[in-house]
Formats: sequence, structure tokens, C-alpha cells
Amino acid sequence: MEKVYDKKQLLSFYETMYRMRRFEEEVFEFYKKGLMPGLAHLYLGQEAVATGVCAALREEDYIGSTHRGHGHLVARGARLDKMMAEILGKVDGYSRGKGGSMHIMALDLGILGANGIVGGEIPIATGAAYTAKYLGTDQVAVSFFGESASNEGTFHESINMAAAWDLPIVYVVENNLYGISVDIRDVTKVSDIADRAIGYGIPGVIVDGMDVLAVHQAAEEAVKRARSGNGPTLLECKTYRWQGHHVGDPAEYRERKDPKEKETWMERCPLKLFREKMRKENITDKEIAKVEEAVEKEVQEAVQFAQDSPYPDVSEAFDHVFAD
Amino acid sequence: MREILYRDALREALDEEMERDDSVVMIGEDIGFIGGNFKVTVGLLEKYGDLRVKDSPISEAGIVGMGVGMALTGLRPIVELMFSDFLLVAADQVINQAAKIRYMSGGQAKVPMVIRTPIGGGRSSAAQHSQSMQAMVAHFPGLKVVVPSTAQEAKGLLKTAIRDDNPVIFLEHKMEYTNKFMIDDPVEPIPFGKARIAREGTDITIVATSSQVMKSEKAAKELEKDGISVEIIDLRTIVPMDRETIIESVKKTGRLLVVDEAHERCGIGAEIGAAVMDDVFYYLDAPIGRIATPNVPLPFSPALEFPIIPSPDKIVAKVKKMME
Repeated sequence: MEKVYDKKQLLSFYETMYRMRRFEEEVFEFYKKGLMPGLAHLYLGQEAVATGVCAALREEDYIGSTHRGHGHLVARGARLDKMMAEILGKVDGYSRGKGGSMHIMALDLGILGANGIVGGEIPIATGAAYTAKYLGTDQVAVSFFGESASNEGTFHESINMAAAWDLPIVYVVENNLYGISVDIRDVTKVSDIADRAIGYGIPGVIVDGMDVLAVHQAAEEAVKRARSGNGPTLLECKTYRWQGHHVGDPAEYRERKDPKEKETWMERCPLKLFREKMRKENITDKEIAKVEEAVEKEVQEAVQFAQDSPYPDVSEAFDHVFAD
Repeated sequence: MREILYRDALREALDEEMERDDSVVMIGEDIGFIGGNFKVTVGLLEKYGDLRVKDSPISEAGIVGMGVGMALTGLRPIVELMFSDFLLVAADQVINQAAKIRYMSGGQAKVPMVIRTPIGGGRSSAAQHSQSMQAMVAHFPGLKVVVPSTAQEAKGLLKTAIRDDNPVIFLEHKMEYTNKFMIDDPVEPIPFGKARIAREGTDITIVATSSQVMKSEKAAKELEKDGISVEIIDLRTIVPMDRETIIESVKKTGRLLVVDEAHERCGIGAEIGAAVMDDVFYYLDAPIGRIATPNVPLPFSPALEFPIIPSPDKIVAKVKKMME
């Protein structure tokens, strides 16, 4: 039975996806202008996943994120201005310029951190789920990671323990097909990562990661299972990244098998698909435009904030090694 | 004062801290039903239950990572690694995650966790179960490194480690677990970064760690017969390091020998020598000496192992040479 959403909910999903989209486009602009130190791994194309999953969470829940983490952070309500300042290495960033794009943390929002090590955050999110179980709260943790992290040992070790102990966690695999340049299909026998769930005795669920409502419904089911003490789910979202591994990666490797691969996936843009869906639900272009305008204003303010923010004083390099 | 085994002193510290603070939770291989490979945690499962004294699968990266997640979400996890050699299996979670999260988050996060793990040779365990990892872990900013000597020291320092808001690598010498020591009642937490003068003397300063403190004491008794007065500094913690106590002692004695069981290359002796040189150079009557494990993997046969690890005989010989 298809879940019924009201107009406000639908517009809220769209707003979140559009916020990610515009944020990442501005990050890309900073890179192209040479204003961004280092690199960034853009979430463009995958917006429906974080949006759908995080909409199934409560404020007190936890998420663990990845090097491609901007979307997860936005979906959890992180401030765009502080994110953008962090990406530019400024003192007003979430981590005062010490973490950058790959390491944004907002503990007050339950964001345990983006993480520069592939698979590095999976046991950390699992530990947060252990805390919830130990304290007897009904909090749930979500661990986001890519298909290629599922070949790291931490994936196996963490899910095995979470399953054995029925920890309240949902493992969300964003299968965008590539670990940098390597096609998952060339290095992994199973074509669905969710198939691995059977080895842990937990449900493995596959969902269209371009369909925010499908993701949301699958996530709600998995979160409900976790919250009620029935343990983890491995939720695989089939998706695609518009850009290369990081900004500046031309990603020509994707044309080896199918020259039209990117084009085909881009036709299934999650925002485009969702706009069509909203129109069917009698949401007008004007209403959509209103949402977009508000987001645009927020994004522009974030860009300005980040540019205006000063760099940290060099003395700050010596702060925060240890807690007092 | 009463007599106690080193391992029982450790268990008392764990027990007292778990009684004092419900957020202290333990996880590790074989720590529950059998009370740990070295019997440090005997009885704690029965007393505190399965959720607080968790027997884990053999998943070192997984359990250290879970410890990080637990620490980020309000618990004070103690992770036991059966041998310090296994730190290398969990290295990413120890070094890239636990040590760096506070820094990379710009001070938002703290990671109050302890990794308890045994070091040292002497049991014919060969090269993968005999290493002394203090020099390696001390290299990475963000980790505190504790090398207790006696049972009294082990108990007092472990209590401090558990109450510390940072990741602490607590290195127990496996040859001490079944040794008897005299201990105070009660043992108060011993502050980090303050070395202990284990023996006062006037001719030479020995800075020693872990078991080497007791070995140096044996050597000092021998040297006393030859009229050589040895001052022994029990370093207690490598990070933070009490330079001042070392410097003051060397200014008095004019000689410094560092005795530590880690490998010599890039080891604790090299570090301490360089760290105090600016302050003691003009007071030295002999070059700074060091005794360490040579730069070979630990061999299996007792015929090979015992001759290469630091011993009272070696300390005596080295001191005599430095006194010439």
C-alpha cells in the first residue's frame, strides 16, 4: 500500500534535496574559482538517499557519514553557512577549519562526523547504537557508506556485531557503482550489496535511490525495526554520482562500458523525478519556485558568510589535541 | 599495605571505577566468561552483566571503533585488546579515528576511552605477541600513553585513565600479571604527566618504563655494591611526558640512561634524549645512553629472546660503562 504524504511533507523533501543540490553546486564553483583548499566529494545525484533516510529519523538519533557527506549533513539540518565556512577552511566552520569537507561534525545534531577513511565510520555509528541499547533509550543510529566500503573489514565486523546483539542501527549503502575509478561490478561478485545481509542474519533491502519516497518508506521500515529492538537492516540505495569521485575528476572511466551511462542516470535525476511526482499531487510550479527561492537565498547567504569569515589564527593549530 | 597480584590490582581499578560510574563499559575478546586472557577481568561479568562486560567477536577494528562511537555518545568504554600487537589490526580506529576526532571536530567532540593491552616479551610468544607498542602509539598526537610499573602504579594510573576525557593507551606488561606487589589501601588516582622518583641517587639517572622500572631497581642494588648511586625515575606516562623531573634529576647526577622495552630505532630513549638535551647538555658528564630491544623482531626461542630484551644485567653493564 502506497504511503500517503501531505503537501507540506512533499515540499519539505524537495526543499532538502534542492538545498543539497544548490549547496554542492556552489562548492563546485568555489573549487573552479580556486577558492577552496583541497578537494570535495560532491553529493550531486544522490540527494534522494540522505533526504529519504534522514526524514525517517528523530531529532535525538545519530548518523555516521562519509567523505561524500555534505548531503547527509544537510539532511540532518546542519547549517549551510557553517558547512561552507568549514569547506573553505575558515574559523566559523563547524570544526573551526580543522576538518574541512571530509570531516564535518555537528554533534549537537547527532552527526558523529563525516569521515575521511572509507568504512571508518561504520563501527563508530555502531558504537553509538550500542550506547542507545546500553542506556535503554530508543535512539537509532544510521551508518551511511558507499558500495565500496562494503569491501572493508569494518563493514563485516560492525554488521556482524550489530546483528548478533540486535543493535538499533540501519546500515545504508549508497551504491553509486564506483570506488573512485573502479567499477564495483569488476571487483565484487554479487551485484547487490544487500545480498550480503543474509550472511549476518538480517534483512537486506534494495531500493531505488533516485526515488525519495521509496527511500523514505524503506528507511522508515528499517528504523522502526531498529527502534523496536529487532536489530539492524542493510538498506541498499541504487544511485549515481553526477560528478567524478571528487571535484576535478573527469570520471572518463564511466564511459568504458556504456558511453551513455551517465546520461541515462542523469535522466533519472531525483529532483526532476520528484518534481514530476509533485505536479501529479497538484503542487504548482509556483509553490515549487517559492521553495527554491528561499533555499537560494540561504545558499547565497552561506556563500557570503563563508567568504567573509576569517581564517583561523595559526595558534589554533595547537588547540583541541586533548580535552582538558 | 597489603600484598596483591598485579592483575588483581588492575581488576580492582576496573571494579571501583565501574561501581563509581555507570557510564564505564567494557568490551573485548574473552573478557567475560573466562575473565580475560590474563585473568584481569575475572568476576566482572557476573557482577555487572553482559551488556557492561561484553565478550566480543575477534574483530579488533570493530571493537575499537565501537568504543569510539560509545565515547562520542556519552559512555566511557574500556576496550581490551588481548595483545598490544593487535593494535595494528585496529590501527585505523586507534590512530585515524580515536586520536584525531576531537581535533578534526574543532574541539566539539571528546573521546573518553581506554584501550587496555599487554606489552612485552618473555613468554616465548614470538614476534606477533611480544611487541612493546609504546613508541609507535606515542608518535601520534591525540593519544595518551601510559606505561605503569608496579601494581600500585597500575591501579592508580588505570583509575586516572578511565576518568580521562581522551583516548588513553594503557600498556600493561604481560610478565607482571602474576607478580606480587605491596599496595596501599585505598589507591588514589595517579595524575598523568608526573613521573615518580622510584629510587633516589646521585651518580646517574635512569628513566625507565613499565617492567624496566623493577629491572632497574634490581640493577641499582647491584651497582650499589660497587658504590654507584642510581636515581630511578618511573616515567609513568610517555604522553604527557614529565620532562621537568628528568631534567632536574640529570642536572643533579650528570648522567642519563633511558631503559624501555620497545625497539631502539625511533624509540623512547631517542625521544627522551632529544627532548631533554637542550636543558641538560652542559650538565652531562657522559653521553646519554639507552637500553632498548634491538631492531629485530622478537624471536621465539628463549635462547634467543631473553638475551635480547632489556635486563638488569644489561643495565648494570651499561651504567658501569657510562660511569667510566
